[in-house]
Amino acid sequence: MAKQRTLAGIGILACHAILMLGALVMVMPMAWMFVTAFKSAAEIAIWPPVFFPREWTVVNFFGAFETAPFHRFFINSAVIALVSTASVMLTSLIAGTVFAKYQFPGRGLLFGLVLATAIVPFEAYMIPLYIQLVGIDWINTYQGIILPYLFMAFGIFLMRQHVCSSIPTELMEAGRVDGAGEWWILARVIAPLSGNALAAVGIFAFIQGWGIFIWPLLIANDQLLFNMELGLTAFQFAFSADIGKLMAGSVVSVVPMLIVFLLLRRRIIENMALTGIKG
Amino acid sequence: MAGDTGTLRRFFRRRRIILFCYVALLPVVALFFYVRIIPIGFSFLLSFYKWNLISPRRPFVGWDNYLGLLEDENFILALKNTSIYSFSTVALSTCIALPLAVFLSRKSRLSAFYQTIYFLPVITPMVPVSIAWKWIYDYNYGILNYGLSLVGLPSVAWLTEPSIALWALVIMGVWKVLGYNMVLFLVGIRNIPAEYLEAASIDGASDWQRFWRITLPLLRPILLYVIVTSTINAFNVFTQVYVMTLGSQSAPGQAVRMLVFDIYTNGFQFFRMGYASAEAVILTLIVLGLTVIQFTLARDKEAKPR
Repeated sequence: MAKQRTLAGIGILACHAILMLGALVMVMPMAWMFVTAFKSAAEIAIWPPVFFPREWTVVNFFGAFETAPFHRFFINSAVIALVSTASVMLTSLIAGTVFAKYQFPGRGLLFGLVLATAIVPFEAYMIPLYIQLVGIDWINTYQGIILPYLFMAFGIFLMRQHVCSSIPTELMEAGRVDGAGEWWILARVIAPLSGNALAAVGIFAFIQGWGIFIWPLLIANDQLLFNMELGLTAFQFAFSADIGKLMAGSVVSVVPMLIVFLLLRRRIIENMALTGIKG
Repeated sequence: MAGDTGTLRRFFRRRRIILFCYVALLPVVALFFYVRIIPIGFSFLLSFYKWNLISPRRPFVGWDNYLGLLEDENFILALKNTSIYSFSTVALSTCIALPLAVFLSRKSRLSAFYQTIYFLPVITPMVPVSIAWKWIYDYNYGILNYGLSLVGLPSVAWLTEPSIALWALVIMGVWKVLGYNMVLFLVGIRNIPAEYLEAASIDGASDWQRFWRITLPLLRPILLYVIVTSTINAFNVFTQVYVMTLGSQSAPGQAVRMLVFDIYTNGFQFFRMGYASAEAVILTLIVLGLTVIQFTLARDKEAKPR
């Protein structure tokens, strides 16, 4: 018995050793990016490489912002992500509620369409979308960049699921008996009871909106419209030798997501696990 | 009389509610049609035309674009690379994530810590992450080659040698999705009723047997879901290819050609809109095929309860 217990103990220890080693591998790329961003050019070129900078410097950050309008890229990313998040939350709330609680002609067909096209990847229809936006002259505009991210099929499903399962129809009926209109019910009955689901949708939308790449790559030619992702890529091609600045720019792009993640860690992991979707 | 007004009132209320539904849905549905349904339909249509985006001439060419694809070396290569990339990334990340999830399913104070760390890459944006990996893979200054030199191995041209670059992308792909798969498996394992495993222990089953006979079969639906969705996601790989290997993409021996990259090149560098659309249609069909496989297998399981 004692022998078995030591064996089990060794097993658990081995598990932790493996998990720790794995954790090290997982943080390594980002950790390396962070420390490199704080090294001087001379230190970056040192061989063999040293992990921590001997002298921490922020010169790369200033350098990056001087070489390219990163502040502009950052603001663009933030605007895109925030507008997209607000719009996705609103449209998901409205459409999710209507699909969950109302009967009207065409409901099955519409919802079926949303469901059926949900898995078609954006990359598969970006060309026609691009052509459409050429037609209305929206290439190189903010509205053109944001347009495809104003709603999210997944957000609609999630809200519908939530409203179906956790908001009693009687509550809405009670509102109607008291003379409330449907919009009032939506805003004052359903929205306040949907905080968690709305937050989940919002988090997904924000993560997605911050990281969009291929669409701005197609549609934004003017550097002033670049988001962080596109700005970084352009910067990379132009100054590929300037590793310090490149890493500094990358850090700036990663930090907002890290903050969001560390603040809402538990909720993000649970939501993603339970709903099975990626940001 | 009272009944009549009741019916009338109900009729008007019903109409008011239906009107509300349409008014409420109109903006979302209009948007949905404009940015999704119409482009998807248009993409099928466009794949039968030849068009360079500018010319007023837009001849109908039937199946020519598709026939052209069959003989297009770049496309065949892209299809092959993307398939290798997807299946390797998914197979590796599943095989690594599953045991990790089993370890983590034991009650441990460190469980939340591990989950956070492993999940980190999932939420970080692709471009900065690709730049970080590009630096790691750097031939002269990369820490990976430094690590290899420590154990006496020669330096590897991770990103410039096409056959190796594909695997460099696979390694990074595994790193990016590992945490996501692990967390999903973990939820699945925790949902398995403890009595099943206890009963098996009482019957004298070893840990190994319990995993193969109880955990794995009960995990099947989640396993299937994770495998199919991550294969679909992997088929759309683009950003890291663009950021990490484009430098050598224009060089004679092309680096890693992937499906979406090929669509992008044909569509937006050569302006072959119809041709690129045909490729996009094939991507859609692959994704649909994978989804159908998932549904069929999932239904199979339900039809045959054990």
